[in-house]
Amino acid sequence: MEITPSLLALQLVTGIALGAVYALLAIGLSLIFGMLTVVNFAHGAFFMVGAFIGLYFMGLTGNFWFSLVLTPLVVGALGLVTERFLVRPLYGRGIDYPLLLTFGLSWVLIEAMRVMFGIEGLPSSTPPELRGAVDLGIGFFPKYRLFLIFATAVVVLALWLFLEKTRYGLIVRAGSRDGEICKVLGIDIARVWLVVFGIGTAIAGLSGVLAAPTRAVNPEMGIHVLAESFVVTVVGGMGSLPGAVLAGLLVGIVFSLTSLFAPDLAELSIFVLMAVVLLLRPQGFFGKQGLMS
Amino acid sequence: MSHTPANLRRRRIVMAGTAVAAAPALFNIARAQGAAIKIGFPVPLTGAFSAEAQDQVRAAELAVKEWNAAGGHKGQMAELLVRDDKLNPGEAATRTLELIEKDKVNFVVGSLSAATQLSINAVTKERKVLFNSISQSDTINEAKDWSLYTFHEALNPHLTAGAVGRYAFPKFGKKVVYLTADYAYGHEMVRGFQRAGAGLGVQTLADIRHPLGAADYSAFLPRIQALKPDILVLCNFGRDLVNSAKQATDFGLKQGTKIIAPVLLYTSRQAGGADAFEGILGGTSYYWGMEDKIPSAKKFNDAFRKAYNGSVPSDYGALGYAGIRSVLQAVKDADATDSTRVSIALRQLKYDWYKGPQFYRKCDHQSVQSVVIVESKSKNMKDKNDVFNVLAIEAADEKNLRTCEEMGHKVTT
Repeated sequence: MEITPSLLALQLVTGIALGAVYALLAIGLSLIFGMLTVVNFAHGAFFMVGAFIGLYFMGLTGNFWFSLVLTPLVVGALGLVTERFLVRPLYGRGIDYPLLLTFGLSWVLIEAMRVMFGIEGLPSSTPPELRGAVDLGIGFFPKYRLFLIFATAVVVLALWLFLEKTRYGLIVRAGSRDGEICKVLGIDIARVWLVVFGIGTAIAGLSGVLAAPTRAVNPEMGIHVLAESFVVTVVGGMGSLPGAVLAGLLVGIVFSLTSLFAPDLAELSIFVLMAVVLLLRPQGFFGKQGLMS
Repeated sequence: MSHTPANLRRRRIVMAGTAVAAAPALFNIARAQGAAIKIGFPVPLTGAFSAEAQDQVRAAELAVKEWNAAGGHKGQMAELLVRDDKLNPGEAATRTLELIEKDKVNFVVGSLSAATQLSINAVTKERKVLFNSISQSDTINEAKDWSLYTFHEALNPHLTAGAVGRYAFPKFGKKVVYLTADYAYGHEMVRGFQRAGAGLGVQTLADIRHPLGAADYSAFLPRIQALKPDILVLCNFGRDLVNSAKQATDFGLKQGTKIIAPVLLYTSRQAGGADAFEGILGGTSYYWGMEDKIPSAKKFNDAFRKAYNGSVPSDYGALGYAGIRSVLQAVKDADATDSTRVSIALRQLKYDWYKGPQFYRKCDHQSVQSVVIVESKSKNMKDKNDVFNVLAIEAADEKNLRTCEEMGHKVTT
């Protein structure tokens, strides 16, 4: 097979689009871990719920954009309830309690979707204005996947502005550094954690709606995705947002390029990447050491 | 005066004795007339193919109901014993063993995966119980797995892929790329296409293997785009087919490339939606829409609609119906319920239950049957069931199967 520069370039763009979804998922996961030290095993399930609810709203209103706004709010609300009533009682009990709880929750959510929407899943389609492929000069590329890259950039930028430039963002950052001091200063830290968990799950829900048009929507779709987003989070460094974005894109690109040269090894490649990063830099790209202990 | 009670007592004792002595005989007669012909039906009611399995059960129950309504066999009725094999070969073997040992079934019909049917067959072959498999497999009819009691009602990958290839290659072109799920089913399908294409000068540009159950295929698509094939063959199944078809469509591959799939299932198409499958061509054992060409299909659909609120049978569902009907017909023909005599009758059977004439090839008991070539619709659909156009029906023909020698069978008569 002839490898032309334009094929390589197209493969790279494909990898970035893939990486965009990984990055988005890992941001939510990393946000929750970085602030709350909760390893959220239900993250993939929130992604899946987002895809289902997104399709449900699309069916109801016939409008993708409406659903794109509404779904993260609903999934975020689900996240708020989860934090307040399920995760909060477990704070201070060690990292494995919330881990097991969210693992169980993920199966409850999967079963709930099976009951509500059926085991076969729902058919999804690309919004009409983003259908088809455009010629990038290096080959045809789906419009919708370009939109995915763009949407991820917007979310990352918005989150960065929120955390770095707003007063509430300052409180969140302070809370992640030292919750005790924040409490002493009169900040309701429990509320900050609630909001952070809500934002994290809302982003998972948003990735679900965004991913739905590209794949089959079924109750098990989050299981695979969860494993991949953990790889991204570990490579980027647990709790680091820039790490999540960078690692997400890198994992997408590595997967995509391996698919070109050795399709059989594509699945394996991202785990090899993780192993190499863990050997050379155990805390990941931008991770803080000792967070898990 | 005293002898009367004694007499009476003696008479009573005699009567009671006669009744006790006669009871087993009476009981036996009642058993012979009333004992049902039991058919075990292990299918994956839970797991990835549960929608298809439930349809198999519905159709099989219809076949049993029809047979019983027509009087059964000399007053003997049929009974279906449905079990969940959970799509797991070990579970399938255990359930089958239970059906034979505990429930004393006469025959086994069922399965919905290449792996479970082989494990069921291993049990039935050992116990000399007739088994009619209703899902796709190339290996079950090969000499190493086969026995006198092994029958295969479903299509096999070789025949299905071959029929689709014979239809598509002359029409759409000779340069072909395969995107293949990396397991036995995918490999068997590719082999079927390549055999059909060998005589037609078809050229394989690439056979790209993807892991089973992958959610994203985009990384394979730029390469396929650059190869500019006439035909892209998606040799995968279920959700993999839905995902890869959807993403290939997004990448604009349908301009200039025809996308085909060896097996296009009614249930997959319903789950994947019209957009993802638009214009994709594939093979299937049965599509309800062939009823305007095939009278037996019309008859079967009508009975199914009547029994199940107007819904139509799926391809795998229809196999459940045919699998049961064939076995019950053979019971009548053999005038027996033991597996050996029923197997011998089944070998002779010529039937048309739902899709035109069929028969079991003598050497390996593969049902020789038609393959339906369908194309997915996205416009002008009359209702939610109207998902395919029937493009062609390849008639049943033994020469489209691998030869008996190739399957390892020495006796060909």
